Amino acid sequence: MEHSAGNLIEKETAPGNRAGRTLFDKIWTIHQAAEINSETDLILIDRVLLHERTGAIALKSLAAAGREVLAPSQVFVTMDHVVDTLPGRTDATSMPTGTDFIVATREFATRAGITLFDLGDPDQGIGHVISPELGIVLPGTTLVCPDSHTCSQGALGALAWGIGSTAAEHALATSTLRVKRPRTMRITIDSVLAAGVTAKDLALYLLHRFGSAGGAGHIVEYAGTAVTALDVEARLTLCNMATEFGAFSAIIAPDDKVFAFLKGRPYAPGDADWAAAIASWKELRSDEDATFDAEHRIDAAEVTPMVTWGISPQQAVPLDASIPHFADVAARDPRELYDRALAYMDLAPAKPMIGLPIDAAFIGSCTNSRISDLRRAAKILAGRKIAPGVTAICVPGSTRVREQAQDEGLDQIFLDAGFEWRESGCSMCFYAGGESFGHRQRVISSTNRNFESRQGPETRTHLASPETVAASAVMGAIADPRGFA
Amino acid sequence: MEPFTTLTAIAAPLLRDNIDTDAIIPSREMRSVTKTGLADGLFAGWRYSGVSSREPDPDFILNDPRFAPARILLSGANFGCGSSREHAVWALAEFGFRAIIAESFNPIFRGNCVNNGIVPVELGCDAIARIAASLGHWPANQQVTVDLQRCTVSTAQSDLWQFQIDDEAQEMLLGGMDAIELTLTRRDAIDRARAADRLRRPWIYLEQGREDSAKEQITN
Ligand code: SF4
Repeated sequence: MEHSAGNLIEKETAPGNRAGRTLFDKIWTIHQAAEINSETDLILIDRVLLHERTGAIALKSLAAAGREVLAPSQVFVTMDHVVDTLPGRTDATSMPTGTDFIVATREFATRAGITLFDLGDPDQGIGHVISPELGIVLPGTTLVCPDSHTCSQGALGALAWGIGSTAAEHALATSTLRVKRPRTMRITIDSVLAAGVTAKDLALYLLHRFGSAGGAGHIVEYAGTAVTALDVEARLTLCNMATEFGAFSAIIAPDDKVFAFLKGRPYAPGDADWAAAIASWKELRSDEDATFDAEHRIDAAEVTPMVTWGISPQQAVPLDASIPHFADVAARDPRELYDRALAYMDLAPAKPMIGLPIDAAFIGSCTNSRISDLRRAAKILAGRKIAPGVTAICVPGSTRVREQAQDEGLDQIFLDAGFEWRESGCSMCFYAGGESFGHRQRVISSTNRNFESRQGPETRTHLASPETVAASAVMGAIADPRGFA
Repeated sequence: MEPFTTLTAIAAPLLRDNIDTDAIIPSREMRSVTKTGLADGLFAGWRYSGVSSREPDPDFILNDPRFAPARILLSGANFGCGSSREHAVWALAEFGFRAIIAESFNPIFRGNCVNNGIVPVELGCDAIARIAASLGHWPANQQVTVDLQRCTVSTAQSDLWQFQIDDEAQEMLLGGMDAIELTLTRRDAIDRARAADRLRRPWIYLEQGREDSAKEQITN
């Protein structure tokens, strides 16, 4: 394909040559090892994160091809996806053959000399929770992981994105990836979120407003006063759902909150490098005159607590609204998706979301299982009990979060309310073939995906914030947490 | 990987939007630590009559003997959305698909296709509807051709559409090449970029970098 004229034009508008550069452009430029063609660059990869579900296969197939991990000290692997989360767990899993993944990961990680956060390790946890927590992801780094929610980590000002296993092998063997330059989008969120409205509600609002292909092919920079007002954990929640938005990834310019968050973390720069690192991180922001391929601006005051009613994350509505009629969503939902969603979820239009009876409640996942999430949910649960007949489960995002919560006595609040209190992992965020909530069970969940059978065969998932999950568990029906002061 | 130049084959229409990777290969079907043995689980939720059953659901297109030998899949928008599991592509490839024609693809999924020798073809919904309509009752007589050199899709009724694919993906698919080999030919450029970056951001390099910067401090 000869497009030499096209190449030339591309070059003139290449990130490095623009007057005003975006945050993305700046990170991209310092990682460009070579230009492959007009749209693809060979990009240096600073960190590779693996988990036992996809990482074992990548490591095994790399070894089978007779290749080695080029920079083992830049590679980390955790056990989160198939590990059991019941207290006192072992290598045994409820997923049939799950143990094979654990054992293979351990074997190949040891052989490759990479850092492993194994069962029983105090640093074990969900990859996207432990990476920020341990300072593995840093502002301005490129980090890849064979997992679609890697975009979460853009919250710290990194370029972090999900890849496939074959690309993971490439990153392991060469510390680079061939990447097609994504388009840039900025979503500026003015003013601040109202009290009782969380980053999760904002993420669901954006999906409801722009649709699940709204960010397709773009690196989305979240900016504006409502975003800078969020603490680092809330920013992780917001960026987490960029993949549901179809985006290449999400990113937020790192600021003093991020620097303070990282200070002293095990893999963050030490005292000798700290000042130089901060000086370099402070450059990581879009220039005033930077231009984006797409821009949206919204007012945070429009955002209220949200919940999904259907089988795509874009099928979200304000908590106090009713299930939409087809005409209300026709612009975004194809008829077939709308009908399938109603049938699968066993719902009818015009039915209010509040008061819809639930069978189960789940607090966990890389979206909402950090200490601040558990604190907010515990505030609602303190002194209350979940409704009879409801199964409620809390799975802290990491072993460190779990320990911290236990030090604060949050575990007791969850247990007293009637929640199960588990070991850290992905658990019932997704169904691996073992444990599930059961057929046709209606679950209110702090996770990120409400696809059909995501949490188990025929399970019906409603996505919401951890406080909405907690309030709903107490009421036995979808409830507004703002009434639970 | 087998090089892909031109393929003329039966196309199976699965004209839904937003077919996610959970639907392509349910998590419960990903049982082993390998890339093989997945074809059986392809579209398991739709293909079989129940979750634990292997009884074919006669209404599902790939259970129709006329479409079972399909090598091309026709679908709607946002194909391959959802989890980034590469198993979805491995299952499609093992089942025999070499090309997927859809209105749009999830970007991770599209990359996985290229890495595994499947051609992701993006065409407008009108073109896809027309191809689907052309298949008729005897799809074996109405085969569809994907020409990767010319970037065209054509039907037995001589309709012809142009599609776009980036040069890199086209080169890899045409050559049946492994991306790692291709990258290692640029080893010098990579080493130069790394060396420059080590000086600029020593804190990124966890073992080696730390030692280097400690040494630099001593020699300074
Ligand atoms: S918690 Fe859920 S979404 Fe997050 S990495 Fe685990 S399975 Fe994926």
